[in-house]
Amino acid sequence: MTSVLVRDLSLNFGLIEVLKKLNIEVAEGEFIVLLGPSGCGKSTLLNCIAGLLDVSAGQIFINGKNVTWEEPKDRGIGMVFQSYALYPQMTVEGNLSFGLKNARLPRDEIAKRVARAAEILQIEPLLQRKPAALSGGQRQRVAIGRALVRDVDVFLFDEPLSNLDAKLRSELRVEIKRLHQRLANTMIYVTHDQIEAMTLADRIAIMSGGEIQQFDSPQAIYNRPVNRFVAGFVGSPGMNFLEGALEGAGTPSFRAGDIVVPLARYGFDNGAAPKDRVVLGIRPEHIFHGAAASSQPFSKEIEIEIVEPMGSDTLVWSKLGSHNLSFRVDSEKPLKVGDRVPVGFDPARASLFDGSSGNRL
Amino acid sequence: MSNPGTLAITIAGADAIADRLEGPHGPKPRIAFSRRNIFIYGVLGVAALYYLLPLYVMIVTSLKGMPEIRLGNVFAPPLEITFEPWVKAWATACTGLNCDGLSRGFWNSVRITVPSVIVSIAIASVNGYALANWRFKGANIFFTILIVGAFIPYQVMIYPIVIVLRNIGLYGTLYGLIIVHSIFGMPILTLLFRNYFTSLPEELFKAARVDGAGFWGIYFKIMMPMSLPIFVVAMILQVTGIWNDFLFGIVYTKPDTYPMTVQLNNIVNSVQGVKEYNVNMAATLLTGLVPLIVYFVSGKLFVRGIAAGAVKG
Repeated sequence: MTSVLVRDLSLNFGLIEVLKKLNIEVAEGEFIVLLGPSGCGKSTLLNCIAGLLDVSAGQIFINGKNVTWEEPKDRGIGMVFQSYALYPQMTVEGNLSFGLKNARLPRDEIAKRVARAAEILQIEPLLQRKPAALSGGQRQRVAIGRALVRDVDVFLFDEPLSNLDAKLRSELRVEIKRLHQRLANTMIYVTHDQIEAMTLADRIAIMSGGEIQQFDSPQAIYNRPVNRFVAGFVGSPGMNFLEGALEGAGTPSFRAGDIVVPLARYGFDNGAAPKDRVVLGIRPEHIFHGAAASSQPFSKEIEIEIVEPMGSDTLVWSKLGSHNLSFRVDSEKPLKVGDRVPVGFDPARASLFDGSSGNRL
Repeated sequence: MSNPGTLAITIAGADAIADRLEGPHGPKPRIAFSRRNIFIYGVLGVAALYYLLPLYVMIVTSLKGMPEIRLGNVFAPPLEITFEPWVKAWATACTGLNCDGLSRGFWNSVRITVPSVIVSIAIASVNGYALANWRFKGANIFFTILIVGAFIPYQVMIYPIVIVLRNIGLYGTLYGLIIVHSIFGMPILTLLFRNYFTSLPEELFKAARVDGAGFWGIYFKIMMPMSLPIFVVAMILQVTGIWNDFLFGIVYTKPDTYPMTVQLNNIVNSVQGVKEYNVNMAATLLTGLVPLIVYFVSGKLFVRGIAAGAVKG
């Protein structure tokens, strides 16, 4: 069953189009992540779904009900904000029960719901404290609790972990995932952190310039990005891009200067017509080096220019033709600047984009 | 560390570390009587003296009897301390027809100031809240008009307001003056509150909306409890402004309802008889006491409120 449905949603601030005819359909119990760079409209979209911003055109349905003109409180949503947005003058209990008191729920029902949320989030010992006396992680738990007590079907998260340090972030990330498994609510989660997006999402919507570029499973977005923007945005370290031409209709190949990559194993979306300008993208983790390289359909010897050790692995920079090329190697491998090693990859794992439109071929 | 000398010192012990560090080390020594310090403290001292001297003269004179004042030693401390001038200024000094001192004006001023402060702050804070958080249609035009209002000189509006008050039958009453003070406090106070509420995190407002609080719910339960400093700032501005007001007081009231400042002027400028400098000084100090107490009591909050309004947190 559809939980949240966004239809042809547009939003303009004056002459600026912030959202352009967006369409999203979210199934019940799905975890959706809106991912994109700053200013792509992902938080704006979330605010529209929450009812905190009036839309310029289009419709929003939540649980089959048209809520386009409804107040936030009547939409059946709970929201968690980046800055926690806890009411500083109220205790944790006051924060959790504020919405329920506004809804004029009976007192014992309020107590029951607060107790349940506190139990789920393990914040029972903190109930009588003020937000100022809580750590960042605790505050964010209370903020999640405030959405929890509302007993709603849809949770909206607006970059909830961005204010936390790296360690806490990864802890709370796991906790949010656990929470989703336990509650099985629909969750829409805005972030600019692709690790959060990849780990949490059932499906990711990659946004840019007020439009959804790709709305698919994390694996599909990682392995088969629909355009160059998605390919470059997802993955860290970023994908290598080689500019060249697509040749030969029978057995197609990619040519950039004296580098020729056979594309017989590449899965074209709609056939391989020769093109003057195309871009070949290959992820650093899909490039082999040394003995393993020679067994790949494409391989070439390169000279190492920069070595960046990152702990678990090492990123090596070199040049392929005139293009920078980075690849990941095991940290144990003793590669030095100036070494010449063969590298190779399988074009089946690469992505080929049209040079002008940027779309996947 | 292959240098045998260095090695020997390292072995000699950690307590000898200070000896090992040649040249400047540790905290930089400060010279108490440097040229810079003498200049700074000298200027500060002179400025303080310059400001405090008149106050000193006033206090000293108000505690002297008239014979002592006639000696002409303005700066000399009183030989014989007397509180009679203070009593006279408060209770029996003559202003025009009444001879009951400043007490009448004091209570008039209280009756003017308290309601004016409450009404103007209540309205301006809601104005500021609406302008900051509920971006209604025409909000910017409304705000611009209000700001322009803050720059129009009061004198321009005196006569029109006299006519308006006369036509609604409030001319010469305390209510009329209260209305005038409340209206004239509006632009600056609204600006103050709007800027403060804008500086509060917007997400709090959004969270409260998701939690189902309405316009007044958010104002009373979320915004107001967070805004004590700015309410104190507004209160200080209004209390001192209205208490010290002379122009509106003299234009819109009658002798029976004159505020304290107008009465003070009448005492000091009365032409018949001897100039009683000690009574004048005491009367002036009495009139200035209220703003002074307000500053002393709420000084810390005042600074906090001003800082919070200026710096976005």
